[in-house]
Amino acid sequence: MEFILELVVSVLIVLGGLFALIGSFGMVKLPDLLTRLHAPTKATTLGVGGALIASMVFFAGLEGRLSIHEVLITAFLFLTAPISAHFIAKAHLHEHPELCEDLPETGRALGWSTFERLPDNDEPEEEDPRRASHH
Amino acid sequence: MIEYALNFGFFALSLAVLLNLWRLFRGPSLMDRVLAVDTMVINTIALIILFGIQQRTTVFFEAALLFAMFGFISTVAYCRFILRGDVIE
Repeated sequence: MEFILELVVSVLIVLGGLFALIGSFGMVKLPDLLTRLHAPTKATTLGVGGALIASMVFFAGLEGRLSIHEVLITAFLFLTAPISAHFIAKAHLHEHPELCEDLPETGRALGWSTFERLPDNDEPEEEDPRRASHH
Repeated sequence: MIEYALNFGFFALSLAVLLNLWRLFRGPSLMDRVLAVDTMVINTIALIILFGIQQRTTVFFEAALLFAMFGFISTVAYCRFILRGDVIE
């Protein structure tokens, strides 16, 4: 029984390491940022996921103490990875407006990467010096 | 057997961090560097967890959780700064 548990932990650790390595290699190898975004998500979900499941099996099965921390880290990473990828893609489109030329119309005045003004901002339009200097 | 797997895991993750560092220095665009740091944080979380397995202690999970939160918040703050010129409006 202990041998099987050790085998499972070892396989999960090796798989996690391999996936993290593949994700980082893809980030070096792929040609531009929007394709590069694809690779590290594999590292997030499968690489860290493998290491976390390995650690859970290790502490619950071999050390005899159940630890739930890993589920917390997994849930947090699974929740936040799409958000940060989305933000990075939007900021990249914001920095390179020429990439938006092939995309369909957004149906509003602003382009793909720029947000509208906040709805409760009703005071008369003044040129915000910070924003004006940024663009 | 776990020792060998751990050694392999440390090797693979260290190589992954080195590749991320290469992307961080190479660029070419700003968001490439942000993405490189984001991925590096994730690889570091995996390294911390493997270190916890090697030392047979659960103390390091809090560090891993803090790293996850810190990496996410810094990425989002940087992207918001690029998008809006401000982090909190």
